[in-house]
Amino acid sequence: MRLFTHNMLSSNIKGVSNGFPLRIEVEQVLEKQVDFNPDFVKNLFPKLEWKALVDGARTLGYAELPEEADSSMLESEEFLRKVHHALLELHLEEGALTCPETGRKFPVTKGIPNMLLHEDEV
Amino acid sequence: MSNRPELLAPPEIFYDDSEARKYTSSSRIIDIQARLSERALELLALPVDGIPRLLLDIGCGSGLSGETLTENGHQWIGLDVSQSMLNIALEREVEGDLLLGDMGQGLALRPGIIDGAISISAVQWLCNADKSSHEPRLRLKAFFGSLYRCLARGARAVFQMYPENIAQRELILRSAMHAGFAGGVVIDYPHSAKSRKEYLVLTCGPPSLSTAVPRGKGEDGESCSEDENSEENQMVCISDRNRPKKKQKITRKGKGRDWIFKKKEQLRRKGNAVPPDTRYTGRKRKARF
Repeated sequence: MRLFTHNMLSSNIKGVSNGFPLRIEVEQVLEKQVDFNPDFVKNLFPKLEWKALVDGARTLGYAELPEEADSSMLESEEFLRKVHHALLELHLEEGALTCPETGRKFPVTKGIPNMLLHEDEV
Repeated sequence: MSNRPELLAPPEIFYDDSEARKYTSSSRIIDIQARLSERALELLALPVDGIPRLLLDIGCGSGLSGETLTENGHQWIGLDVSQSMLNIALEREVEGDLLLGDMGQGLALRPGIIDGAISISAVQWLCNADKSSHEPRLRLKAFFGSLYRCLARGARAVFQMYPENIAQRELILRSAMHAGFAGGVVIDYPHSAKSRKEYLVLTCGPPSLSTAVPRGKGEDGESCSEDENSEENQMVCISDRNRPKKKQKITRKGKGRDWIFKKKEQLRRKGNAVPPDTRYTGRKRKARF
């Protein structure tokens, strides 16, 4: 699972009002090269929850992202490359995601988060 | 025996390791899936500006449809309920991110972020009740509701589907309309039993010009082997929950005495035998009559 997916995911357990962001527990992180495409990052940027991305990247061991960001920074290619790296090249291979409200764990195995809910959580 | 997999077992059980491998090693299925996803992507009508979009592949299975998305340069998130299928997707090293999840439980995504969604041969699974806790109507509602929320306004979702019968198609369509989608069904090659394909094309947001449903292929008996090139295709069915209802004239009063005199006069002029006008003509009756 990559961080852009993490940035989209929120827990949808019944009764949870704010299931975002899911806390990341890391066991193994992989890095895979992905072709850099500035347009994708620019297009995605307004939809990102920046704080969740920064925190997520830190948890995965990448601390290059600035604390605050706004759209004027999209001009700089260096910044775009950093965001690109954080969004698309860091993979959470093994670990877990935790719902911030209920503490329910969604295990991540082989890079696939198991988001299946139990019957009483639907 | 039926050859519909939905009737045999729930998806996470039907697509076990061996079935998942069989599915993905058949070049015929790969070819069909690629063509379906190509068409779905076309119906998705993303703006042609070369910017990669963030798409959702619902029921991505082994990532066959996702590969089409990757080829077109988009980033995608795939969701499937079968672990075996996802394992094959990992083996095939698909580019998108995978999630193990049940679409009938709703999508666990933040609102307004996805640029489009496709789903190949998956929605009809929602119409089955495989467990005692499953209620197709509620599962459809949860699915379409959460999909509507996570799509950006004006984004489209295209579902290629195989509904078992008309009732099932209506159930799916109605759930989508209830969730707030506008759109309808596009049928490619409606005259051919084999090549006939149904796509549910939904647009997020209120109906407008851009929500008009595209046309199906091969509507006027065009042979199915030739792709594209059909100009005069026809849209088959459209439904829209915001369409004004047919107005019924309801007036409490009834037609009235003048109207009766006028009609009688007309009939007399035609030469019909008409009873004479008297004080009893068109009189008010008592309530108990």
